[in-house]
Amino acid sequence: MTDSWRQPRRILMLGLGILTAIFLVVPTLVVIPMSVTASTTLTFPPEGFSTQWYQKMLTDPSWSNGLAHSFQVAILTALIATVLGTLAALGLVRGRFPGKGIVNAIMLSPLIVPLIVVAVGMFLLYVRWKITGSLVGLVAAHVGLAMPFVIVTTSASLRTIDRNLEMAAQTLGAGPFRTFLRVTLPLASPGVLAGALFAFMTSWDEVIVAIFLGTVRFRTLPAVIWEQVNESIDPTVAAVSTTVLAVTTGVLLLALLVRRRQSAQ
Amino acid sequence: MTNGADQNGALVLPPALVLRDLAKSFGSTPAVDGVNLEVRSGEFVTLLGPSGSGKTTTLRVIAGLTTQSRGTVEIGGVDVTGFPPYRRNVGMIFQNYALFPHMTAAQNVAFPLEMRGVSRQMIEQQVANALALVRLENLGQRYPRQLSGGQQQRIALARAVVFNPRLLLMDEPLGALDKKLRDALQLELMRISRELHATVIYVTHDQEEALILSDRIAIFRKGRIEQLGTGADLYDRPLTLFVADFIGEANIFRGRYQTEPSGGWLVQDAGRWRVGSVAAGRVDLMNGAPAALVVRPERIRLDAEDVAWSSLSNATAAVVTTALYLGSMSKYELRLSEGGTVVVRQQTGIGGREYRPGDRVSISWPIADGLLVADAD
Amino acid sequence: MGRLRLALRFNGWALLVVPGLAFLSVFFLVPLAVIGLRSVTDVEGPSSGWLANYADFFGTDVYLRVLGNTFWIAALCTVICAGLGYPYAYLMTIVPQRFAGLLLIVVLVPFWSSPLVRTYAWQVLLRDTGVINGFLLKSGLISEPFPLIRTTFGVLLGMCQILLPLMVLPVYAVMRQVDPEYTKAAANLGAGPFTAFRRVFLPLSIPGLLAGSLLVFVVALGFYITPALLGSPQNTMISSLIANAIQQRADFGAGSALGVILLVVTLVVLIVASRLIRFRDVFGSLESEL
Repeated sequence: MTDSWRQPRRILMLGLGILTAIFLVVPTLVVIPMSVTASTTLTFPPEGFSTQWYQKMLTDPSWSNGLAHSFQVAILTALIATVLGTLAALGLVRGRFPGKGIVNAIMLSPLIVPLIVVAVGMFLLYVRWKITGSLVGLVAAHVGLAMPFVIVTTSASLRTIDRNLEMAAQTLGAGPFRTFLRVTLPLASPGVLAGALFAFMTSWDEVIVAIFLGTVRFRTLPAVIWEQVNESIDPTVAAVSTTVLAVTTGVLLLALLVRRRQSAQ
Repeated sequence: MTNGADQNGALVLPPALVLRDLAKSFGSTPAVDGVNLEVRSGEFVTLLGPSGSGKTTTLRVIAGLTTQSRGTVEIGGVDVTGFPPYRRNVGMIFQNYALFPHMTAAQNVAFPLEMRGVSRQMIEQQVANALALVRLENLGQRYPRQLSGGQQQRIALARAVVFNPRLLLMDEPLGALDKKLRDALQLELMRISRELHATVIYVTHDQEEALILSDRIAIFRKGRIEQLGTGADLYDRPLTLFVADFIGEANIFRGRYQTEPSGGWLVQDAGRWRVGSVAAGRVDLMNGAPAALVVRPERIRLDAEDVAWSSLSNATAAVVTTALYLGSMSKYELRLSEGGTVVVRQQTGIGGREYRPGDRVSISWPIADGLLVADAD
Repeated sequence: MGRLRLALRFNGWALLVVPGLAFLSVFFLVPLAVIGLRSVTDVEGPSSGWLANYADFFGTDVYLRVLGNTFWIAALCTVICAGLGYPYAYLMTIVPQRFAGLLLIVVLVPFWSSPLVRTYAWQVLLRDTGVINGFLLKSGLISEPFPLIRTTFGVLLGMCQILLPLMVLPVYAVMRQVDPEYTKAAANLGAGPFTAFRRVFLPLSIPGLLAGSLLVFVVALGFYITPALLGSPQNTMISSLIANAIQQRADFGAGSALGVILLVVTLVVLIVASRLIRFRDVFGSLESEL
């Protein structure tokens, strides 16, 4: 495919590709200029420049609590999902047991089940258990949704590890636990780390379950946005949205860096 | 054989390794099918055979990486059958080196010492010694990916010997290297194992390598040891056709054995060959049994077509089909008047002349140089 | 001891799956079971009997229309995403390496970004007092706001933008595995570039297209946020019915039944698709591109 780029066919494709790229990214970016408008409504182009909406986000308890809770839930989710997911990935990649295919499908099922259905079910159940509107309930829900990502990246990482390395470690005197700690885990760490970052993003951006499980007392940022988004034209929503986007983008770039490092090894 | 004194009162060490009736099946296929082996301390024994013959599986069972289906493994007189690999105290080298990529060469070599709780200074000292032993003192800080194949294998060796294991297991360690490097490392392996008085169990499919390195060789076939002996034992006195064919080059005449009071005949459709009494006595075949006469290429003489044949030789007329000049010797392929081909090696400068394809010659070999084996397949 | 392990066909590693599986079962699978249960135990209203909620669903015209609309919107999304996603993925395979990475990031950032934030951005853009209308009004092209929000067009715009990465990733993953030697061989044998593409590359990339389409369709079926914010009552999707039942009417039985129906529909689609699609293309793309 080295023929000239000046062919009309090529230019057409390039143009379509660029338009698609613009379609994917640009519309979302409108929240950024909106977040720094000086006026109290969302008019375009934004009038003036002001960071008051960011200040409001940090000071108004309905926003700042949501921000803090989002971080708490996302970090805890990342931690727990990474531990459970890494263990599960080890079990699925190295384990031998009947029904492994089914177990694999079950562990990955959160990726494909409609979230609205899951959210309703969790709501009905967690209400009984009295864990709605709490850190416990939200983390419990999000860990289930995030685990598949950890499993996928960690499994991929594990499968690239040469089994001979672990056998060599054993002949050199390392028992199963020490082999895991000194050989397997370090070599799989890019996958585990990437999985942790994906788990964080999954929780940070998750909306539907957050809406159903959140209460005014304890909810994550998306639930707060949802409540505000229909009722008001408060530019604070734009500021919050920009913040959410910025965190996601930052974490994603970090994850991509980790993957780049792994493939270089 | 256990610890104790022999008849002269000297202390007898237990054998470094004993395998008793070892067997291992994967599903219904037996990979190892009844292996018995005794290795003395300080010996270099090679497990030699074609792929799938069970030699690598046997090695893995010795290391404890696979559990046998039947039989026992004794290392230094201790039955290690229930022991996991990390308690058997054996050093192992793999074909693809298996160096930990996330550690430097020095950290790799230090690993087994860390596992044994050796102190920091001792580790530094012993790692330095091990690196010096394999002549890579200055490469400790490099990562495996920064080292050449030969260097990596030497680091792997250093790592496997640094903790003074009772046994050294090597699984085709030179298979991934090119010829020159392989030859150089073969000598290194010999030097190091001698220096350490190590007991080595070496797996390979390369019979030349086995002949160079080993004190004794075990020929593996279909999960069993077909013959165990020194290189000379196997080359000059093979017990079976498989061994005769596997070690070195061989001319094989297959037919039936016909007994005589002294020696016998190997009878083929087109004629028969005389078998010496020593050769016949070694295998003790029944009259009419399928058998093969094995003659090494360097034992066959080429002469002019009309030379008189001695009664102490097997001889026949032949035509040269291929002539290869290899410097120190020449290698000929000939078609016999009875049919069939024969390979002859002749050293240059001994007085024989050079032949060309198409030359009519006579070939002959002393009857005593013919080896008789059963042709069980 | 080794013999015992062999007999059980288990090895030690298998146990590591247990914590994650247990957690998932309790906090994810049990909720799904609860929905099934409540759909038959929470029966209200005039009808009775434990399948009453389902009977209600199939008996109500509006509900059935909503289900049909859900399929329709999902299908439209799939077609649009395929039309945009396939060329984009193809572009990714033919540009130089650096740009391919950039194009990938352009796909990945939206993939991971909150669908709520993105939908909110569309709201800001499409509202009667939003960016687009503001621009059109100010420049005098129109005299009244043009309805963009609360239309099928608006919903499709929002949904496709969010779903497009789900199409691009599997398609790209499969395209990447197509050995460029094949098309070169076709060119060598006399095929023009377009023919080589049509006869060689295209057929080989179809599995990716199918995998991406399946992914988009199934996710679109259950979409909630975007249709709720950008759509009109005419293009209600089943997810809105569910949310309405649970949150507005507190009719947990009906809501659960609707949830079960959505779940069953999703499973049926997956089962039917499994005849045509290799699932490893779907998950494989996640592994390699995530």
